[in-house]
Amino acid sequence: MTPCTPPRRCGDPVSRGIRCLFVDLFEYQARDLLASHGVPVLPGGVAETPEQAEAIAREIAAPVVVKAQVKTGGRGKAGGVKLAADADEARARAQDILGLDIKGHTTHRVMVAQASDIAEEYYFSYLLDRANRTFLAMASVEGGMEIEEIAVSKPEALARIPVDATVGVDSEKAAAIVDAAGFPAEVRDQVIAVAVQLWDVFSGEDATLVEVNPLAKAPDGTVLALDAKVTLDDNARFRHPEHAALEDTASTDPLEAAAKEKDLNYVKLDGEVGVIGNGAGLVMSTLDVVAYAGEEFGGVRPANFLDIGGGASAEVMANGLQIILSDPAVKSVFVNVFGGITACDAVANGIVAALQLLGDAATKPLVVRLDGNNVEEGRRILAEAGHPLVTLVDTMDGAARRAAELAAA
Amino acid sequence: MSIFLNENSKVIVQGMTGSEGRKHTQRMLASGTAIVGGVNPRKAGQSVDFEGASVPVFGGVAEAMKETGADVTVVFVPPAGAKDAVIEAVDAQIGLAVVITEGIPVHDSTYSWAHAQGGSTRIIGPNCPGLISPERSNAGIIPADITKAGRIGLVSKSGTLTYQMMYELRDIGFSTCVGIGGDPVIGTTHIDCLQAFQDDPETEAIVMIGEIGGDAEERAADFIRASVTKPVVGYVAGFTAPEGKTMGHAGAIVSGSAGTAQAKKEALEAAGVRVGKTPSETARLMRDIVGA
Repeated sequence: MTPCTPPRRCGDPVSRGIRCLFVDLFEYQARDLLASHGVPVLPGGVAETPEQAEAIAREIAAPVVVKAQVKTGGRGKAGGVKLAADADEARARAQDILGLDIKGHTTHRVMVAQASDIAEEYYFSYLLDRANRTFLAMASVEGGMEIEEIAVSKPEALARIPVDATVGVDSEKAAAIVDAAGFPAEVRDQVIAVAVQLWDVFSGEDATLVEVNPLAKAPDGTVLALDAKVTLDDNARFRHPEHAALEDTASTDPLEAAAKEKDLNYVKLDGEVGVIGNGAGLVMSTLDVVAYAGEEFGGVRPANFLDIGGGASAEVMANGLQIILSDPAVKSVFVNVFGGITACDAVANGIVAALQLLGDAATKPLVVRLDGNNVEEGRRILAEAGHPLVTLVDTMDGAARRAAELAAA
Repeated sequence: MSIFLNENSKVIVQGMTGSEGRKHTQRMLASGTAIVGGVNPRKAGQSVDFEGASVPVFGGVAEAMKETGADVTVVFVPPAGAKDAVIEAVDAQIGLAVVITEGIPVHDSTYSWAHAQGGSTRIIGPNCPGLISPERSNAGIIPADITKAGRIGLVSKSGTLTYQMMYELRDIGFSTCVGIGGDPVIGTTHIDCLQAFQDDPETEAIVMIGEIGGDAEERAADFIRASVTKPVVGYVAGFTAPEGKTMGHAGAIVSGSAGTAQAKKEALEAAGVRVGKTPSETARLMRDIVGA
């Protein structure tokens, strides 16, 4: 489970500021989660080496499909999905796919699943309908193509049924969804049962998206979930401590991992100006202002997002500065704090103490902009400390300009 | 005048006895808010002493309303209990519930919203700084001493950007500043606030602050074009935030918008809203309009 970094949007374009609240699962994790709620899936497993892939295929003892586990679409076209007739071939295909770069995602794992003949393909999902502040079921019997294509080219073929959060989906509601989408009579009862199970996943696991595409009818008439996408709500972690095991540590940026250990809300970006601020909106705004100012200085950009929250204590400031200064790409740092609940004098004392804590580790110029409560006292404290690396600038726009200039020098 | 909150508002605090609740109740009292009670079923009958006031604790919202005439509740209850706290406030038919709590699961917020439909409670938040009608009343965690009463209305998804704007325009002042919160599911929206400011005779102009994600700003732009005659100045944060990796596309089908800052800015400008490039430029645009 990766907080889809750099996390602007995933599933639904949902984030609080730049920080992602919702986390996408890998296909194999989604499959296991569905299976644990009784949704019919084909036998399979996940492998990190060709040998593991071979062993899984041997156990399945049938033709298998080897699928790259990456959190992006279009992996089939990129060569990330291959059929294998037997275990030896599964091993060879896993060898091909492991390490493959798919749209910037390195393939660390493959899923090996029993290959299935498909008679018909359908679509089914539950998701958060943010605009209408409700849940939504979407279903279609038009399978085999991307659902956004169906939504555009044949909107009447995609049933959209709101689900009342206080009521949920029982078999009666499920039947209404299934009938609205026009599922054929021979699979109706099976799809109704699956729809109830998928709701169980959606509500029971605090998901914001459960999407099965395709939901397939095998030649023998059995309905199966062949591929699934699940997005979970990180805010609900207190109800689901087991979700911690789904975290994808392999793909996390090392600076982000270090920041997370210190409970900092940090996202690595690709520029040169380190940014620290308080409040998600103000920090996002700071990134923008730095990027505008940077246009004058050869395209200097922000190096990171770091929100130290309302408190802005010395310890948090020191931790934040330490992470930012350890980023070799950073050439200057812009500390942008609005003193509201924590007044500017406290913030200034925090910065002074943080620089003392860091000592010789503080090696890059810092541009500080303080405004708000007790701003005069805050500026006086910083001026009096007279740290050689610190420049005080009164306005946000002016400070961004100075930080960009220093980064370009 | 002001919207949603005024000098006659009687405010209770759910979660007043916790550390955050206690700290901010003190601040609200200091800024002149009529805090008439707290709610905690385990401490009913006790009272909490603040500098200059003793505030009684009630066992429930309905009881607190009956005893004090409260019409506003501010919720500081931690995430695991927040849903029940909001439901209790809705069931007691309090007029306004301001939910400060950060980190409430979206299933809980969606449930609370659905439960509140057809009821008489306006929900603001969750994960928001609350609202302030300067020099009249302050329900939440917005610092009261960075601005004064005046004729601008402010609605914002972001807390610290709200404070920044309040401070930049402190010489003109505000009728009401509402922090609606940036969670995926919130109660009161930009549109609700725009409507209320349009109807408020003492609000002359409106600042609207948005950020990336969702399509609330795009819908607000449509509303402004159709129904707002007062001047609106806008700011959107998040132009440089990186594109995320999109997995399922079901969400984009539903929202019909990319949710980018650029898309929001264009939608607002097409509705006649002047959009600032930075918070300070946005404040200058407002200054041009109100002539101060």
